[in-house]
Amino acid sequence: MARRVMIKGNEAIAMGAIEAGCRYYFGYPITPQNDIPEYMSAAMPKVGGAFVQAESEVAAINMLLGAAATGARVMTSSSSPGISLKQEGISYLAGSQIPGVIVNMSRSGPGLGGIHPSQGDYFQATRGGGHGDYRTLVLAPSTAQENYDLTMDAFDLADKYRNPVMVLGDALIGQIKEPVELKPYRKKPKPKDWALTGAEGREARLLKSLFLADGELTVHNWMLAKKYKRMQKEVRYEFYRAEDAKMMLVAFGSVGRILKTSVDILRDKGKKVGLLRPITLYPFPDKAIQEAAAKSKLLAVMELNTGQMVEDVKLAAECACPVEFYGRPPGSIPTPDELAKEAMKIWRKGGLK
Amino acid sequence: MSAQPKLKKVFDRPQCLKDVPYHYCPGCHHGVIHRLLAEQIDNFGLRGKTLGAASVGCSVLIYDYFDVDIVEAPHGRAAAVATGLKRARPDSFVFTYQGDGDLAAIGTAEIVHAANRGENITVVFVNNAVFGMTGGQMAPTTLEGQVTTTSPYGRSAAEAGLPIRVTEMLSTLEGTAYAARVAVDNIKNLKKAKAALKRAVTYQQKGWGFSFVEFLSSCPTNWKMTPEEANARVGKEMADYFPLGVYKDVRAN
Amino acid sequence: MSKVEVVSERCKGCGLCVLACPKKNLSLGDEYNAQGYAYVKFSSDGKCTGCSFCAELCPDMALRVYKQEKK
Ligand SMILES: Cc1ncc(C[n+]2csc(CCOP(=O)(O)OP(=O)(O)O)c2C)c(N)n1
Ligand code: SF4
Ligand code: SF4
Ligand code: SF4
Ligand SMILES: [Mg+2]
Repeated sequence: MARRVMIKGNEAIAMGAIEAGCRYYFGYPITPQNDIPEYMSAAMPKVGGAFVQAESEVAAINMLLGAAATGARVMTSSSSPGISLKQEGISYLAGSQIPGVIVNMSRSGPGLGGIHPSQGDYFQATRGGGHGDYRTLVLAPSTAQENYDLTMDAFDLADKYRNPVMVLGDALIGQIKEPVELKPYRKKPKPKDWALTGAEGREARLLKSLFLADGELTVHNWMLAKKYKRMQKEVRYEFYRAEDAKMMLVAFGSVGRILKTSVDILRDKGKKVGLLRPITLYPFPDKAIQEAAAKSKLLAVMELNTGQMVEDVKLAAECACPVEFYGRPPGSIPTPDELAKEAMKIWRKGGLK
Repeated sequence: MSAQPKLKKVFDRPQCLKDVPYHYCPGCHHGVIHRLLAEQIDNFGLRGKTLGAASVGCSVLIYDYFDVDIVEAPHGRAAAVATGLKRARPDSFVFTYQGDGDLAAIGTAEIVHAANRGENITVVFVNNAVFGMTGGQMAPTTLEGQVTTTSPYGRSAAEAGLPIRVTEMLSTLEGTAYAARVAVDNIKNLKKAKAALKRAVTYQQKGWGFSFVEFLSSCPTNWKMTPEEANARVGKEMADYFPLGVYKDVRAN
Repeated sequence: MSKVEVVSERCKGCGLCVLACPKKNLSLGDEYNAQGYAYVKFSSDGKCTGCSFCAELCPDMALRVYKQEKK
């Protein structure tokens, strides 16, 4: 029987990571994710690993790159401005095909912004974020339980595709205290035949992203592109009370979580409203969006920003039905009632009964 | 004259250097410095447990030459990458090989903090007073008055400050256990350079902490000099401003 | 007699070995290798001591040194 505990979302991330075999953690403090480095600083020495408080997020991601190059499971975490600093390193991880888990408990920007929950990093997370033509897998938990579960999965996915994986939450997802079932990690990670372990008795190994010879980089980029295509099968999403929905709300992370209550409120009033919550933001659940677009009359995207994921929803819906948007810049956490009201505005504007 | 005298091969390439030509310009010291490091890897029998962090600069292709496991670090970040390598595999021999642009400009924070943490790694720092790879721009180590492509009137102390003496700076940190500045412009200096590298590797092998060897190096191409002139400049102008010697050796008896 | 072998294909004609040899046994020649460099020539008239200074300072490992063993 798995143990149930009351923990913060950030702690759930740290515990999930350790359960999945993460033994090295590198990070630099930033609110609202400090519980993660704090937890890891206490836990890593106890599990025979190492914790380093890096001099910057730039250093932290590169420490991760080094440790992960040896085949170890490694994590770094930060929040928006720090994630911006990690982007060069993430690009190198992608280019050199070194797996690693990067947690972004995002805060509000641009610039120093504030520490309110925000979904302003959606574009950065799903478009690669750094330079070059690459993608990171992006998982967007909405509960502390999902923080725990998805962080474990993040390590498996990173290894499976030899690619950086990002867990994208926000202040709400990181700070919320909830019961979490500490499921044991049962998989047996495969040996890594590319890892740098010292060339004893074998040929030397090399992990790099520089390809200078004629045509080499083209081949490398096509190979990566094929890999990103293979990743599409990892798509995950959740439908909530969606069966007969005339209007389908679409939201991820903290907003997705709040909207479940909004849907309940609206259903109580007899409005056929459902929710589609993307869990992977890359790969994006295009097919689920199409399904929703085909069976409902209206899609209503809600985000804690002024409009980012809505672009992907529109692309996926391919004009099969109208896509409306309610966006909210950071500053406060919307209540289920507020979002239900906003949903009703869209409902009425769309002429739904 | 009786029988043929017996000849013994007394100089050959180290085993952990692949038998391929270098891409370096004629007279560039990178080649000698590679060899000296490779000799120590052979000498300590470390080929099978070496992990290298390559940096971005003319020596980025170090992995085409060293027959050991290598990961390419982003420009300036080799000391952080090496920190990760060493923390994950403490029994490995971990080195970085970095230029002066890489280590003393963009990577200053990483090298200072790796040294200050006393990371048990060995850093080979190649100071040729320019950004070689990108075409000879001014580096933090460019000498006062030196003309480069971005200091066309000569480096001005008023505008660019004076060159950073990295070995001295790192020696002030408690975490730095061994630090030396060497050159390979003549056989006397080369022998000292060998001894310094050997000592640096010993430090790591014994777990004595952060070891650092700065090489004053020539860049005939970007200095717009013949290899001989560039070689001579290392021993004169460079060594005048960057004095050679062992700056820190905490385990010296 | 000690001697030095020049791997002419690896030599870049930089002349650093010429500077290094205390016996002046090395000189830049006028023959070019496939890389386009005028490579160095060794001729010692028995003066080579096998000290390896030349090879130690050669950036391109283009020299192999053979030392005469003492009887
Ligand atoms: C983030 C980033 N900025 C700039 C560059 C371009 N760049 C490549 S090498 C280099 C300087 C190399 O100089 P140095 O480290 O002294 O090595 P050298 O070539 O002189 O041996 C620069 C600026 C880069 N690759 N990455
Ligand atoms: S540019 Fe300078 S540092 Fe680079 S290979 Fe040529 S001589 Fe060496
Ligand atoms: S081995 Fe010594 S004496 Fe012989 S050529 Fe080389 S430097 Fe000169
Ligand atoms: S030092 Fe080496 S590369 Fe330079 S001339 Fe002599 S043999 Fe040739
Ligand atoms: Mg340089």
